[in-house]
Amino acid sequence: MIPRLQAVLFLILLIASLVMGAILFHMREKAHDRMLAGQDAAPTQAPQVAAPEQARLFVASDEDNTLRPLVYSLPLPSDPGARGKAILGKLLDLYSATDALHPVPGGAASVEQVFLLPAHGNAANAAAQKDSGDELAVINLKGSFAASHPSGLETETLTVLSICDTLHANLPRVTEVRFLVDGEVRESLAGHADLTRTYLTSDAERADVTKP
Amino acid sequence: MLCVSVVTGVGFAQTPQAAPAAPAARFVVVIDAAHGGDDTGGHLSDGPQEKAATLALAVRLRSLLAARGFQVVMTRDSDATVSPEQRATIANRANSQACISLHAAETGSGVHLFASNLTPAAATRFSPWKTAQAGWMTRSLALTGVLNSALQHANVPVTLGRTALPGIDSMTCPAVALELAPERSPDKKLTSEPDNPDYQARVAGMLATALVEWRSEQGNMGARQP
Repeated sequence: MIPRLQAVLFLILLIASLVMGAILFHMREKAHDRMLAGQDAAPTQAPQVAAPEQARLFVASDEDNTLRPLVYSLPLPSDPGARGKAILGKLLDLYSATDALHPVPGGAASVEQVFLLPAHGNAANAAAQKDSGDELAVINLKGSFAASHPSGLETETLTVLSICDTLHANLPRVTEVRFLVDGEVRESLAGHADLTRTYLTSDAERADVTKP
Repeated sequence: MLCVSVVTGVGFAQTPQAAPAAPAARFVVVIDAAHGGDDTGGHLSDGPQEKAATLALAVRLRSLLAARGFQVVMTRDSDATVSPEQRATIANRANSQACISLHAAETGSGVHLFASNLTPAAATRFSPWKTAQAGWMTRSLALTGVLNSALQHANVPVTLGRTALPGIDSMTCPAVALELAPERSPDKKLTSEPDNPDYQARVAGMLATALVEWRSEQGNMGARQP
């Protein structure tokens, strides 16, 4: 037999839990709506009016599994996130061209957003990394890009490495890159390249299997 | 421990130092036919799915290796769904001296060899599940070199790379991911798709030759060292 006091206490706790759950759900919905409204209202800087600058792109080639550094003159916004998005847009535009050596459909519209956050690294050197100003780039890709990306170890790896290398070349503070697809973590790009992990921009330097 | 690893994806892989000292009687090779079941992999140019091409290549390679006295462990030998964690678990339990994950693609040409892009690290008694391969990177790169030599000796174009692949990253064995791409003539015209039986038989033969070389290089059969 459960004492009356315990039964009442249990009931109170249960009701409190349900109320808190409902409040949290309501707050989450409101935050989501606020975020969407903010996105719509966010002022965007038209790259066309910005002065052209030199951007270094690492363009992948399926033929020899390499990344070739190419310099393009692009109108780039001053905001680092928008700058990263514009540069990656140009890279993906090259891949969507008919004569591309690394053909991937989608083009510039495939990059939804690029966020820059302080890099955390591993727990041991987190403080040192915070002081160094290293940044983590979070790249939100469109689901249509992942869905139409050719499947294969080589082609997916080249896409990931070329994005990481290109970002680091133009935003040197970016040392880590994470990928989202439609705002969510996705297991792989098209069945192979792992998108759940944080990529270090130094990964691309290790891409040569002959170097231990 | 393994159950925790499989269910949560977070855990630890035991390195060979912690394994019982009984040496393996035979040279064990794990063949991992990528994808399978619900995971179809990519689509090849002439229609078939990647999962079927990898299984066909795996079965050919198994026959050739068995004929050469290898003990072969397959992560799948039918159209079954096997998660990356299960693949790594099978490979780690096999106490193998070589793990080869087979893939197929419609892009590129020849054979693409990939080792994990984890930073090589000293082997420890217990390793994080998702980076267990780090302690074996030196041996994996050596195995990649042997496979590369054998394929190039047979005039098969090879491209080398490093990649992040969940199954491979959790394996505690010399591990390589091999992607069979279409065979092309010097003027880049397609001559064989990755599911072509003759093409697969030739590549499987070269891989078997390379693994015989790898076995002879090991010297002390059964003594696995990262």
